[in-house]
Amino acid sequence: MKFGIVTFPGSNCDYDTFHAVRDGIGAEAVYLWHKSHDLEGVDVVILPGGFSYGDYLRAGAIARFSPIMQEVVAHARRGGPVIAICNGFQIACEAGLLPGVLLRNAGLAFVSEQVLLRVENADTMFTHCYRPGQILRIPIAHGEGRYTAETEVLDRLETEGRVVFRYVNARGEREPAANPNGSLRDIAGIVSEEGNVLGVMPHPERAVERLTGSEDGLGIFQSMLARVSA
Amino acid sequence: MSRFLVSVHIVPRKGILDPQGTAVATALHSLGFDGVRDARIGRHVVLDINATTASDARQAVRQMCERLLANPVTEDFEISSVEAEGK
Repeated sequence: MKFGIVTFPGSNCDYDTFHAVRDGIGAEAVYLWHKSHDLEGVDVVILPGGFSYGDYLRAGAIARFSPIMQEVVAHARRGGPVIAICNGFQIACEAGLLPGVLLRNAGLAFVSEQVLLRVENADTMFTHCYRPGQILRIPIAHGEGRYTAETEVLDRLETEGRVVFRYVNARGEREPAANPNGSLRDIAGIVSEEGNVLGVMPHPERAVERLTGSEDGLGIFQSMLARVSA
Repeated sequence: MSRFLVSVHIVPRKGILDPQGTAVATALHSLGFDGVRDARIGRHVVLDINATTASDARQAVRQMCERLLANPVTEDFEISSVEAEGK
């Protein structure tokens, strides 16, 4: 069971993600350099957060042309699991692994805070360690996290159970004030049609120990570990 | 081969919330420009490219927009000018 964490120029959550995998769930983690064409036999690829290529043009738009991304896309097309976090989510959308796009936050400001997420689908390879409807406390840190897609795409995501996480309030309910960035339908995380690519705007890797305020992000990594080792 | 300067406007598609545009429209209202109904903020890209004809240059830039410069989900683009540059 081996996780590969891609380092792009401008990635800044790769160390945290490495820590979450190695120390959070005790699995093997390696860094994958953006110029490489070698996935080094990893079972799971993680596209971490950051500001790859300075977010030039659009967040994620340039990173998707990195050599390693050809291999990541091929891995995903073979059914290999990919966890795309924050900037990784933006890259996955640009690369066509996930539908939609992440636009500038509705409030224009960069938002760095703890948010509450509701697990909308606990029957995915990334979330089966959570309970359906479980409320998670996980931080966000982004300026461009407003999930947007065409209405038909949003409807399809909903009917196919592919909206995995939503922003909610302390009562676990959706309301505009609980949505930190104006994401359509309060979407915080989705999975691909085949279910093997997760895009999530909040940072589960920053919520893997009590010391930093929450362990609620661990479930994603544990779900992966249980599924892929099985 | 000739050299062309090609300018492209890329703007958020109508119907997509553009918070930057909204903020600017509000600021213009506060300056007394009451006639402003809407503002949308995008990018202007100027490409200096080699091509055989102006039409080829335009066609190449169209493909660049479709593949990279604009996001087809949320943005529209318009090639605003194609000018032959000094030989």
